[in-house]
Amino acid sequence: MASPSRNNEMQLKTESSRKATLHVLFFERSFRKLLFAMVIFMILLIGAMLITLVVFSIPSITKFGFSFLTGTTWDPANDQFGAFSFVVGTLMTSILSLAFSIPFSMSVAIFLGEYFTSGTLSSVLNSALELLAGIPSIIYGIVGFFILNPFLIQLLKVFHIQYAGVGIFSAAFLLAIMIIPYSASIAREVIQLVPNDLKEAAYSLGATRYEVVTKIMIPYSMSGIFAGILLSFGRALGETMAVTMVVGNSSQLNWSVFGLGDTIASRIANEFGEAFGLHLSVLVEIGLLLMIITVFFGVLGRWIIQKTSVRD
Amino acid sequence: MEVRGLDVWYGENQALRKVNLPFYKNRVHAIMGPSGCGKTTLLRCLNRMHELTPGTRVEGQIMLHGENLLELEPIIVRRNTGMVFQRPNPFPTMSIFDNVVAGYRLNGIKIQKIELDRIAEESLRKAALWNEVKDKLHKRGTFLSGGQQQRLCIARALAMNPAVLLLDEPTSALDPKSTASIEELIEELKTSVCLVLVTHNIAQAGRVSDYTAFMYLGELIEYGTTDKLFTVPQDKRTEEYLTGKFG
Amino acid sequence: MINDVKLVKRNLRKDRIFVGIISVFSLLCVVPLIVILYFIFVNGASSINWNLFTHDGGIGEEGAGILHAIIGTTEITLLASLIAIPVGILAGVWMAENTRGKFSGFARIVVDVMQGVPSVVLGMVVSIWIVKPFQSFSAFSGSVALAIMMLPVVIKNTEETLKLVPGSIKEAAYALGLPYHRIILKIVLPCGLSGILTGVLVAVARIAGETAPLIFTAFGANYVNLNIFKPMETIPGIIYKSYTFYGEGASVAWGASFVLVIFVLTINLIAKVVINRWKVKF
Repeated sequence: MASPSRNNEMQLKTESSRKATLHVLFFERSFRKLLFAMVIFMILLIGAMLITLVVFSIPSITKFGFSFLTGTTWDPANDQFGAFSFVVGTLMTSILSLAFSIPFSMSVAIFLGEYFTSGTLSSVLNSALELLAGIPSIIYGIVGFFILNPFLIQLLKVFHIQYAGVGIFSAAFLLAIMIIPYSASIAREVIQLVPNDLKEAAYSLGATRYEVVTKIMIPYSMSGIFAGILLSFGRALGETMAVTMVVGNSSQLNWSVFGLGDTIASRIANEFGEAFGLHLSVLVEIGLLLMIITVFFGVLGRWIIQKTSVRD
Repeated sequence: MEVRGLDVWYGENQALRKVNLPFYKNRVHAIMGPSGCGKTTLLRCLNRMHELTPGTRVEGQIMLHGENLLELEPIIVRRNTGMVFQRPNPFPTMSIFDNVVAGYRLNGIKIQKIELDRIAEESLRKAALWNEVKDKLHKRGTFLSGGQQQRLCIARALAMNPAVLLLDEPTSALDPKSTASIEELIEELKTSVCLVLVTHNIAQAGRVSDYTAFMYLGELIEYGTTDKLFTVPQDKRTEEYLTGKFG
Repeated sequence: MINDVKLVKRNLRKDRIFVGIISVFSLLCVVPLIVILYFIFVNGASSINWNLFTHDGGIGEEGAGILHAIIGTTEITLLASLIAIPVGILAGVWMAENTRGKFSGFARIVVDVMQGVPSVVLGMVVSIWIVKPFQSFSAFSGSVALAIMMLPVVIKNTEETLKLVPGSIKEAAYALGLPYHRIILKIVLPCGLSGILTGVLVAVARIAGETAPLIFTAFGANYVNLNIFKPMETIPGIIYKSYTFYGEGASVAWGASFVLVIFVLTINLIAKVVINRWKVKF
């Protein structure tokens, strides 16, 4: 192609392009702004949420201060609010559920992360875990109420424990099953990330697989495993439906694992619908408290995971 | 095309210093030098791709047909230049045909189907790929071999009828056989476009180009016809690089 | 040479016992799933009848069905998805495109915070925002609450999917002179379509089964209601309300549970198929 026509072509392209380009550039700029706007919207949403929670907690805070967290009388009709029993209930159910679930989730994590990383057994087990995580909590609740509770009554009879069928123990048991998939999948992922040369070095020293797993792989992945546990703890703290259906919903302080109790989330679910005034404010306050704790564990867990994956 | 007094900074670091470099119509130009010498930076300035890295600052001029490319809208510059990358990167969700005409289709340029077909065939012929894919035009581009994918990317760039074709180490990810066929293609293409090739392979520069530039630490050390530069290099550093004293 | 037979034997025995324990505990994890599915299917199937799907009605009423709940869940979930999906995908695109900088780190933390909010607390907030001022429960407020629940999931999923798209594809698109919005909409998003779609499906399945945020927003109703500004019943909602009723009530609860579980399983299956068939290889 001769130079003049190439020249014209380029100029032509430039001229007509200049008009069309303004059009295009407008869309381009608008699109970039739109993306950013969505992120800002999201941030404002959370901000608004926090502000709402704080503002509506104020009446309760000004009236009771923090002493209401230690009070044990809960009597909305007479404006008596002591939330201690719910705090205890929340902590008991969640910590207990962690204790129940860890042996299982760790076993699954090691099983799938080291012994059976592929194959039919592995995909079946993985799918099973995914399904367990996907089952709505109300389904856990209904099965817990009709099936688990009678079962637990019989089971505990064997140990000579009188169990009413509802209570902290049922809630903890149910929660444990619900949180296994979460800690298991995170733990499994970090275990799979252990570098092969580390394992091979240990094997070449004559270690058995058991020793490699417990003395090399687990310590190496400890922070990731810990993060997974934190995340599942946060999940257990905030769980509402399954817990409220089996925990007994009693507002009396109870230290016995086999007695009735209630958690913060469950109490809010039961009472907020009709609450107003001071009652509402109290519920918002303990909700805010619950949220802070749950978010704390969630963010901390994810931060640890991020740090450890960057390290690798 | 001519580069005049080009300075480029990435943040605090000056990556290119006062580079002056003419490119000639229908010739192949190779830019070579050790890692970090700025050859890729220079290439990417030619089609304003350097702007994709945040914190880049540029001074100087890049003239093409009397216009300073650094002052035009980047989109216009890029539609008039073509670039081929180190790793072949055909769009994975599109067919071979759609890949070749992607520059038109995705830019919303209104063109008749017949015209598109013609452009596609012409570009694929120029890229020496037509015979191999003419009955598979509607298959995905990712099913081709590495060398074929790279030729598809060349066809895609050529379809826009660019004034200049920029190649950033186009064969470094390919096997020797594909490399040879791409080098052959580069020689054929100079009848239609001006080519600028960045390569870390000295022998390739010698084989394929008419003019060679040697760069080191952001400066253009020497520039001349390939024959001259390779046989009687003017600068000591050029000679040391050619003889492999540093890599 | 170190050759203490007793020690070696003991180590090998420990190894075998370990595998045994691990395997037993792992396989035990499947038991709850089997138990749940078994009872839902057995009790649910016996409650399934034509009546269930064609009638509405109060809790514990004779001949009551779950039609209003099915319609309600569909409406509320659809509306929530309509709100959350566009916002979530766009925000996810921004996240994937802006990985460095203090602000993007802050934004990521905000997404994590959103994910950590307990569903009841979310319900409380939305209730305060939309229900209390108008003194009326509404499906709309329920959708808002569910949309907020969906948002972080969609954002994270989109971000992770798009991060897997190689940068060279984007570079090729830039080199052709494509403007930013076309690069994202016509090249990058199509590449990540299967991953994003899967994430969306999973998120939809999750919110369809949520109860807590709806208790004080959508609340529930006894009859079919298409008006989003009025209270509406949902499948999880009706399960929660009817499970403690004897006879008819409990049977409705099992029937509704059956429907819900089938729905969740189906969506998960579809998601698996999508990710296998449509996955784009680079």
